[in-house]
This record gives sequence, C-alpha cells and structure tokens, in this order.
Amino acid sequence: MDFVIDREHQLLRKMYREFAENEVKPLAAEVDEEERFPEETVKKMAKLGMLGIYFPKEYGGAGSDVLGYVMAVEEMSKVCGTTGVILSAHTSLCAAPIFENGTEEQKQKYLPKLCSGEWLGAFGLTEPGAGTDAQGQQTVAVLDESGENYILNGSKIFITNAGYADVFVVIAVTGTVINKRGRKEKEISAFIVERTDPGFSIGKHEKKMGIRGSSTCELVFEDCVIPKDRMLGKKGKGFQLAMKTLDGGRIGIAAQALGIAEGAIDETVKYTKERMQFGKRISQFQNTQFQLADMQAKTQAAQYLVYAAACKKQNHEPYSADAAMAKLFAAETASDVTRRCLQLFGGYGYTREYPIERMMRDAKITEIYEGTSEVQRMVISGHMGVK
Amino acid sequence: MKIFVCVKQVPDTSGKVAVDENGILIRSSMPTIINPDDMNAMEAALQLKDETGCKVIAVTMGPAPAEGMLRELIAMGADEGILISAREFGGSDTFATSQIIAAAINHVGVEKDDMIFCGRQAIDGDTAQVGPQIAEKLGLPQITYAAEIKKEGNEVTVKRMLEDGYMTIKTHTPCLITCIKELNAPRYMSVPGIFECYNKPLTVLDFEALKDEPLIELDTIGLKGSPTNIFKSFTPPQKGVGVMLEGADKATAADLADRLLKKHVI
Amino acid sequence: MAFNSAAIEEFQDIWVFCEQRDGKLMNTDFELISEGRKLADKRGCKLVGVLLGDNVQGIAKELGGYGADKVIVCEDPALKVYTTDAYTKVLCEVAMDKKPEVILIGASNIGRDLGPRCAARLHTGLTADCTHLDIDMNGYLTYLKEGSTIDVDSVKWNMEDVNLKMTRPAFGGHLMATIICPRFRPCMSTVRPGVMKKAEFNQAKADACEIEIVKPTVSDADIEAKVLEVVKEAKEQVDLIGADVIVSVGRGINKDVEKGIELAQQLADAFGGGVVGSSRALVDAGVITADHQVGQTGKTVHPKVYVALGISGAIQHKAGMQDSELIIAVNKNETAPIFDVADYGICGDLFKVVPMMIDAINAAKASK
Repeated sequence: MDFVIDREHQLLRKMYREFAENEVKPLAAEVDEEERFPEETVKKMAKLGMLGIYFPKEYGGAGSDVLGYVMAVEEMSKVCGTTGVILSAHTSLCAAPIFENGTEEQKQKYLPKLCSGEWLGAFGLTEPGAGTDAQGQQTVAVLDESGENYILNGSKIFITNAGYADVFVVIAVTGTVINKRGRKEKEISAFIVERTDPGFSIGKHEKKMGIRGSSTCELVFEDCVIPKDRMLGKKGKGFQLAMKTLDGGRIGIAAQALGIAEGAIDETVKYTKERMQFGKRISQFQNTQFQLADMQAKTQAAQYLVYAAACKKQNHEPYSADAAMAKLFAAETASDVTRRCLQLFGGYGYTREYPIERMMRDAKITEIYEGTSEVQRMVISGHMGVK
Repeated sequence: MKIFVCVKQVPDTSGKVAVDENGILIRSSMPTIINPDDMNAMEAALQLKDETGCKVIAVTMGPAPAEGMLRELIAMGADEGILISAREFGGSDTFATSQIIAAAINHVGVEKDDMIFCGRQAIDGDTAQVGPQIAEKLGLPQITYAAEIKKEGNEVTVKRMLEDGYMTIKTHTPCLITCIKELNAPRYMSVPGIFECYNKPLTVLDFEALKDEPLIELDTIGLKGSPTNIFKSFTPPQKGVGVMLEGADKATAADLADRLLKKHVI
Repeated sequence: MAFNSAAIEEFQDIWVFCEQRDGKLMNTDFELISEGRKLADKRGCKLVGVLLGDNVQGIAKELGGYGADKVIVCEDPALKVYTTDAYTKVLCEVAMDKKPEVILIGASNIGRDLGPRCAARLHTGLTADCTHLDIDMNGYLTYLKEGSTIDVDSVKWNMEDVNLKMTRPAFGGHLMATIICPRFRPCMSTVRPGVMKKAEFNQAKADACEIEIVKPTVSDADIEAKVLEVVKEAKEQVDLIGADVIVSVGRGINKDVEKGIELAQQLADAFGGGVVGSSRALVDAGVITADHQVGQTGKTVHPKVYVALGISGAIQHKAGMQDSELIIAVNKNETAPIFDVADYGICGDLFKVVPMMIDAINAAKASK
C-alpha cells in the first residue's frame, strides 16, 4: 500500500505541470467549445515520451512506471479532462493489453509506434446491447474458408479516440462454449484491428456533455478481414483480457477524476481570493474555507487511493479491488468537488467565462465509463466476499 | 564537437517576494528557476545536437543544490553537467565569475569545433556581462543577442539583434554566443530523459580542482577579490497610496474624467 | 610602462564612449555626456567623449554642446560598423594609453557587448545598466535621502570616498544596489538609456570643444566576428521613452488579446495620442513584441500619464513605471499591488471599464 514520490517522480510532476500549463490549458476552453480533438497536443505529448510512459525501452517506451503514468493523466486532467482521457485510453486500453497479452511479434509491431505516438490507440468493448454486461456481445469474428483470416461483423459504440486512432483492441464473439455449469455461453476473444483494415470504418461521432474534445465514435465492422495472427491473447480468453484491461483503465480514469477535482480546487482557491462580496474576499468567509477544506481532504484521500492502486499494478500485486475503489472514490469526489466549486463561483461559475462549468461536465463521465460507479461497487463487494 | 552551455539558477523575480522589517529581500522566499535566457541557450545547443550528434555540457557555478537544475537540463537532453562549487567562489562579481567559469571550461578543454552558449543575461542581476567576459578570458570571438544561429563546418553565422534591426555576423568555431528569447522555444524535459538524468555524469569542480588553472587569479575571485563591491544596498521607498475610485460603472468613469480634467491631464 | 589597472592614482578624467550608428550619434550619448559633465564638475576633472567610427570627426563637436571638454576621435574604415573585436581593441588601447578614471558606456545592445569585453581586457570591474551615478558623498547622500528607505543621518559615512557610486536595480527591482570599484581603474559602468536627463544644447560650448584625433592601429584582420550586413528593421518600433501617454496591458487581457490591445490604443488616443505598453508576462507569452515592454527588463518610462490595464504590478513592472507623473490602474483584483503606486485605481473588468473611460474622457473634453 505504500508509494514513494522519489526525485524522478518529482521531476516528472514538474515537467507535466509546465507542459499542462503552457500547452494544454490554453487550448482547453476551445477544445471543449468546438468539440475539437487536440491533435497538436497529442503530437507534443508523444515527443516527450508521454504516450508510452510505463512501457520498457525495448518496445519504445519511456521506461518509467505506472505511478509516472497516472501522474501524467492527473496533471493533464487538472487543466483539460479531454487531454487526460485521450492519454488514458491510449495507454491503458490499447498499449497496455498489447503489452500484457501480445505475442512478441505483436509487441514488436505495435508498441514502438504506439509509444512514439506515430499510432494512437483505442479499445472497443461496448456495444449498443452490451456495456457493463460483456456477455451481451453481438460483434462476431469467424475464420474464413482459408483458415487464415477472421471476418468481423458488428459494431461498437462510445469508443474513445476512435476518430483519430490507428490501432484498436476489439472484443468479439468467436463461438460458443459450455461453461462449468453445463450452460451454453459465448466464447469471447480479443483482436487487434488496424484503421486501414478492409471492411472497417468509423461510424457516428457522439455529441457529449463533457470531455467534448475527445473523439467518441462508433466502430463499424462489415465483413472486416484481418489476418488470424491479429488475435490478442488466447482464443476464448477475451473476456478476462477485457476485464483485466478495464482494471488497469480504471486507474487511469481515477487519475483523470483526481486531476479534474484538483484543477477545480485550484481555480476556486484563486477565484475566492479575488472575488469580493460584502466588502470581503469570499475566501474570508468560513463557509468558503470549510467547503474547500472538505474538498481538499477528499481529493487528497482520492490521490492516495489512486497512487496506491498504481503502485500495486506496478508491483504485479492483485489490484482489481484497489483500482475499483480508487475509481469509485475519485470519480464521486470529482463530481462532488466540481459541483461545490461551481457553487462557490456562483453565477460566474455557471458561465463559460470560467472553466469550472466545463470541469463539472467533464467530471460526470468518470462515474460512468470504464465501469459505472455501481459496477465498481459490485467489484469491491465481490472482493469482500459479500455475495 | 561539443557545446558548453553556461546556465544559472536564479530566484524567480517575477513572482511575489517577501521583504524583512529592514527592507532586505528574503531570498529564500523566492522559488528558484533556471534562468530563462539560459533555457534558450540550452535549446539552441540541443537543436545542434539533434542535427549533428554533438555533445552538450551544462555548466553552472553555484551552491550544491544547483545540481538539481543540472539534472533537469540533462533530462532535457544535455549529456553531462559540470557544477563549479566552492566557498572560495561565493560572492563573485561578473569579472570573478567569468574568470572561474572560463577556467572550468578550459579545464575540460576547448577544441577547434567547440562552442559556448550562454543566455543573454540572468534575471537576478540583469548584467549580460558574464558571457562576453568568458569569451575575452578564453580569447574567443563572441556574438551577443543571437536570434538565429547557423553552423556549417567551422563557420557560424548569427542574426544578432539590435534595438532598431539586426546584424548578420559570421565567425568561426570555437566561439561564444549569447542567446535571446526570440531564438527558439525551449523544449521540456522528456519522460525517458527524467528516468536517465540521475545516471548521467555530473562533475563537481571545487576550489582545489581549479585553483592552479592558469586563468585563475587568486586575488580577484570570490567576495573579497571581486573588482566590484556593494557599497550599499537598499529598497526604494513605496509611492504614497492614491485614490481607489469606488464602483466600476459609468459614474466611476465620469468621476475619473472629471478629476483628470481638473488636473489638466486631458 | 605596462598597463596596471591597480595603480589607481595614475588614472584621471571621465570618459564617455559615444556610440554612433551610420555616422549618427545616439540620444544616449547626449544623456551620458550631460550626466558625465555633472560628475566631472564634482570631481574637478575633464569630461572626454570617445568616438570610434569611419569619417565621424564632423559629428564630434556636437558632444561639446552637451558638456564634453574634449572628444577623442578614432577613425578607420575597420571601425565603420561596430564589431566587438575592432572596437574592443581600439577602446582598450586608447584607455591603456591615456588612463581614464571612469568610462561610461550607454547600455544599448552594442554597449552591453563592448563594455564587458573591455572591462575584462582592462582588468577592471564593470557595473551594468546603472540608473543613477554619484561621485561625491554629499550628492550620494542627497540621493539616498530621496530614493531609499535608509535613515541616512543615523549612519556613519566616509565623506572622503570618491569612488564612482553606481546604483542599479537588482532582483528585478526589488532591491537597489550601489556598486563601487575601489581597487582597479578605470571604473566602468554601462548606463541605462532614457534614464539620465539630457542637458540643454549649448552652441558656444560645442564650438569650444577640443577634438583629439588618435590614429588607431586596427585592420579588418583584427575582426574575427565579421559583420556581413546591418539591416534596419522596417517594423515600427514603439517609442515608449518619448511618449507622453502610455497605456499598458497585462495578463488581464488574456481573455481577448486583440480586443484588449485595441482598447488600450483607443484609450491612449482619447488622452490625445499615446502608445501601448505591456507587462513582461505578455511579451513572454509572445502576445506582443518586446519593444512594448515596460519594466526592469524592458523600458524605464516616465510619461505624463501611465495607464495600467490588467497589470497586477509585479515589482519588476513597477520599477519601470512608478516615476510616471500620473498613474491610473484598472484591475479585477482589488489587492493587486499596482494599486499601491496608482494615483487613481478602478477595481473592475477592463473590458467593461475601458470603453466607459473612453466615453467619459471624450465627453469631458467636449465639455471644456
């Protein structure tokens, strides 16, 4: 449960902060307003090694660790929730499952380009009829007559980074199996799909409440042909792969939520020290002080949960429940903190002149994606043996 | 080919500072940063490294914690750091400082295709003197206020800014160039750079290491030896408080205009 | 006899290095000659201008009109355009030969290139970018009484001290430091342009000014850093120093930079014409060019009216404008330090306040 912020991590934090302040923050309002994917920021992050933070150098990674990665998502999200999720989805949901489950050939082919930012990554699990319930999968992959290719048919929705990604980790049904209880069950496998694969296309672009610059689209597979060596992990192990991937992804989203909460507090502290009412700075009112103190305490608790989960993952300890707790607590903290911060801003907070309403909109999604807060409670209670 | 980049850790004078009851600046109240112009010098060197693969050495004189700054510069891309640090060097003015830094550079050795980059000036003293004085001590040509640097073989062409335009100046290596903000946008540290920076070489040159260098004159270094001394330092008095005009509406604006009219300002 | 900078009794007279560009003297030359005259009178010595160039003898006498007793003119084709190598060689050789007690150099981009190189070669100290000079103690103490928080009368001073006392801001203007160079000569200083007051031009003194021609030993072979071309930038530089009205903008305009600068110019126009200045933050952010910058690292200004819009008033900014005759500040933050130096302060959003100010000023002018 312990983590150490050593001198390297202190330098990382400094660099992330400077980068976020100078490169990300100035674009945040525009990215939200215009629902624009900040491609230029992704390129800049790539140059600094931020798209492969915790992968080994032999695969083109930066050779840092999971803590170094969550700090990056945290610092980006402080100023721009969109940038935070782009980084998180790319790293946790695409590069990570390839690194953890890929064959040596797959790792050599995909990781260097994902880490260098030449390729951006995404993950396709959710379908119109299957969100949290992965067994509801409708997308199918069948071997063609030659036995050399899989043919994919179906669609995925709400896929983060979809419009700009080059590589997709996609979950699909490859057959039926009889489970331990003797019942028929879908056999689920994972595949790597490339943007240029025949029969693959990007569908509808979603208009969202928050993180509006992140590209959230539908993936459409119409007789999409991929070579069979694109299967990621073992046949029939796709569900476990997806669940493990989401465990990791939750740490990233928890870091995003944490960053949004911290960013909202930063803005509110600044604002309450400037804003005058009744001849006083509103920071002089005890309500402001107590509210902010509560928020700070919760946010710091969230930070400890997130960092502890990151360090467990780094040390290859079981971290599924830790990730769920970190995400549950950080996401609910982010929603609560941004809502209360907006209240301290009052009318100005409701306008787009200040970033706080954007932060409140951005915060909400962290309670929903990569497993809703209810799913996190299921995971946590499951680990507690409460059945 | 190698490039020495001279850097200085400075208090951030742009932020708020504390002054004690005697009006003396509390230095520890200011966070330290890498001098901004020096970052441009480092970036210029790193761009040449990207092109040619040359070696970049960050050189600083200061107290032991300046190592942290050198590590940051290595995390940006410098190959090694040199920290000149000794009590005997403390309190040096620009004449003394340039002598010591020149001696340290000489100690490493300046070869035919080497260059030395400095920032134009440091924000704590704003003197812009150390660069040219290092050049003089080393007997190298100097170009100050560089806004563009091109190097072809041993020839260096620089766009040197003037208040009312610029000069194009050509010289040869080895030479010293002082860099301004307009030259480039300094890069950030990189993630892999950060994870390597503590494994890269960092040499500390103390008094023992430099005292016999031919460029060192023992009676013109440090606080005592520096040619210039502080005769007196003081804080300027604050101007008397003016009038805050209440409100921020048309009546306020009219009130202001009325006062300006009475003072014959408009 | 070899040059020995420590033999201080051998050095006398005050010199001003007079910079010329394209055969024209700079305004700073007149400022420094005017200031040098006062110092020379206090010290009881001569004030000498030193002019390097090619074919510049004709402009030398003008320096006499501002107070120079003599001008040393060094002419050579190799000195036509400023180069570090040729100018350093010639100025140092003349100084080694004639041994001045003081050399003042304007702190232009050229002066700040030449000064340190010469000081290192002459083996003496140099103080950069000075804003105040004294040589006698009485004058210095008078200055301290006005310009510092020191209780001058309660301190024991050595009234015999005749070192040049060079005062300059340090730490971005948070602190002023008076520097001396007691052990070596010449005592050298670069002086910030626009700070010293230019004296009235006196034709009779100009006519009486002595010209001494010194043939320099310099050639193109001495120049290692060669100037290929000199380009006058077509871009209009803002004349902050000459302006009567300056409306400066700071971080407060970040919301809409273009509009903010436009409003500043309109306000300046309402005051009867002026220029737009800026804080360092905007220059650093690349929003506005450096020639607009007021403050410690920018220009020191004292216009009749200085308006600060959305400038918090970091001390380094205040250092460059607090001697303006009238200061008006508009800032959202009531506790902004800029209000400490403002004659009139308005706490509010500049985007709303400035248009009202423009209307009110125009209305007030119309009612006259």
